[in-house]
Amino acid sequence: MARFLIKRIFSATLTLFVVSVLTFLMFFALPRDPVSGMCPKNCNPERLERVREELGLRDPLVTQYAGYMKGIVTGRDLGSAQGGRCDAPCLGWSYVANEAVSDTIARVLPVTLSIVIPAAILWLLLGVGLGMVSALRRGTWVDRAAIGFSLTGASLQLYFVGAVLMLVFVYTTRLLPVPGYTSILDNPLKWASGLVLAWVALAFLFSAIYARLSRAQMLETLSEDFVRTARAKGLAKPQVYGRHALRAAITPVVTIAGLDVGGALGGTVITELTFGLTGLGRTAVDAVKAGDLPTIMATVLISAFFVVVANLVVDLLYAAIDPRVRLG
Amino acid sequence: MSLSPIEGVALAEIESGGDGDAPRSRGVVGRSPGQLALARLRRDRTARVSAALLVFFVVVALVAPLLSIVYGVGPGEDFKDKLDRCCGMPLGYLGGISGEHWFGLEPGTGRDIFIRMVYGLRTSLLIAFSAAVLSTALGVTLGVVAGYLGGWVDAVITWITDLVLAMPFLIIALALAPTLVLRFYGERDAVPEAFGVGMLIVIFAVFGWTSTARLVRGQVIALREREFVEAARASGAGLGHMLFRQLLPNIWAPILVAFSLAVPQFITSEAALAFIGVGLTDETPSFGRMIYRSLDYLQTDPAYVFFPGVTIFALVLAFNLFGDALRDALDPKSSR
Repeated sequence: MARFLIKRIFSATLTLFVVSVLTFLMFFALPRDPVSGMCPKNCNPERLERVREELGLRDPLVTQYAGYMKGIVTGRDLGSAQGGRCDAPCLGWSYVANEAVSDTIARVLPVTLSIVIPAAILWLLLGVGLGMVSALRRGTWVDRAAIGFSLTGASLQLYFVGAVLMLVFVYTTRLLPVPGYTSILDNPLKWASGLVLAWVALAFLFSAIYARLSRAQMLETLSEDFVRTARAKGLAKPQVYGRHALRAAITPVVTIAGLDVGGALGGTVITELTFGLTGLGRTAVDAVKAGDLPTIMATVLISAFFVVVANLVVDLLYAAIDPRVRLG
Repeated sequence: MSLSPIEGVALAEIESGGDGDAPRSRGVVGRSPGQLALARLRRDRTARVSAALLVFFVVVALVAPLLSIVYGVGPGEDFKDKLDRCCGMPLGYLGGISGEHWFGLEPGTGRDIFIRMVYGLRTSLLIAFSAAVLSTALGVTLGVVAGYLGGWVDAVITWITDLVLAMPFLIIALALAPTLVLRFYGERDAVPEAFGVGMLIVIFAVFGWTSTARLVRGQVIALREREFVEAARASGAGLGHMLFRQLLPNIWAPILVAFSLAVPQFITSEAALAFIGVGLTDETPSFGRMIYRSLDYLQTDPAYVFFPGVTIFALVLAFNLFGDALRDALDPKSSR
């Protein structure tokens, strides 16, 4: 177990390292001057030169990369124009936002978390629930309705659903306020009402895959001998379906869920743009458009981090759910 | 497909195991799994309806220039005189629907929505099909090699898969697309249509192969220890023969299903990229651009949102339904 864990953590770190190198190289492969994006209007040549100097853009790429990485681990000193001392984890200074990147991240990360975590709970419950019900009631109208619902969800696009939801609930009936983010600590009710449309839209589209997958898995499991044995020895139906069958059927669902949740935590770009919320995804898009390297690096690294960690968690969950896959 | 040459005797032996088992002389018609699946597919009403819809879409896309002649409007033509003076909204009911303009006109540009959709279908299907073919080919090759060879080859390919999955696709595509354009064309040059389309296909293929590779790898690992594989190996079959003649024919069913589900995924990805501002220019008609533009007019001209939105929904739904039906038909365990 320990050996497996060490191996996995090593390969995850390697993945993050390569992602960071690739992002770094890709940005410097951009043909435009990275500095011009960092210095908005009325920039005189001297200031541009100073920015170049402060960012260390004259240094070789390897030195720049090493400096950046050192900042994350131990913190480093930036020029006075960049806010001076930058503590670990130092993600650099953004000239576009005119603040430390870690401050930007600290502001936008809670937004993405607030969108994704409740939405993920909603879509997992809805998806797996629908899948189970339609598997148990196979061939009835319940099954057909659930399949229809999930196929509709799988064939719609978020910006379309989002736009329609906004039109119906915000602009026409005014049942909900214009989506926005309030901290849950300040006002939980406002937090929920500002984000509920995003949750519903995400859950509707995402739950589709889970409903289809868990239905197929459940059908396969239900035809297995151990389910019949459990019924034959007199266990109640909820006991058999809820504990024995679900447990065996859910492993592939966990894999997909890990990938989806990990990917979504790294920024729900389309959702954030559709509902006008400023989370990680929107920040990343804006940073790319403005050519803001430190922010791009930070957002890409954070989203890669979430995916890698989610994968790791999935591997560990596997062992917990399915005793047949004890890790060697 | 690279087939390594193997000795004639071994080849004959391996191949005779494949098709010599149907005793035709007794009057019993042996049907191959493919024929059985096709028969099941024909009996399935959902499959028939969705297949008919798909054929309709493909035919419309193929004969787009012909339709344009019959309809009398080209994709680049605009009708600014049929928009109102103040805000560029189409005159008439429901976004300017009339006998001449079946689905009305685009607000702002005054282009005909119907013919833009016909040409947009062409672009979207071209991109989605090419990307699906390329990414499936890449995924199958990597997956089959990783699954069969195992060891460090498997470790490396699996790690690359994880790496690609860890890259945030939309952000990378957003950063990559302008870079690629500027690599080949200057700041002010006009970028030809074909380049934009080709670039999208390549981006999709590079990022889209991971799920197929994982799927194929898992299937191959399950097959690797089976007797027929061992028998082929013992008869001295080369690597290419093992991979493409022994293993692949046994897993073509899940690959076909994955392919049929990849196409709609790429159609929606093109639209998602257009939504964040990557991809084709406004000159090239595409569903993504159309929906992206139309969302601004959700309140003022709902008809403009409705037609492309419903069409892309029907297209993707038809693909998904057909993919599901295909999966059921190809599954030997399914009773339908």
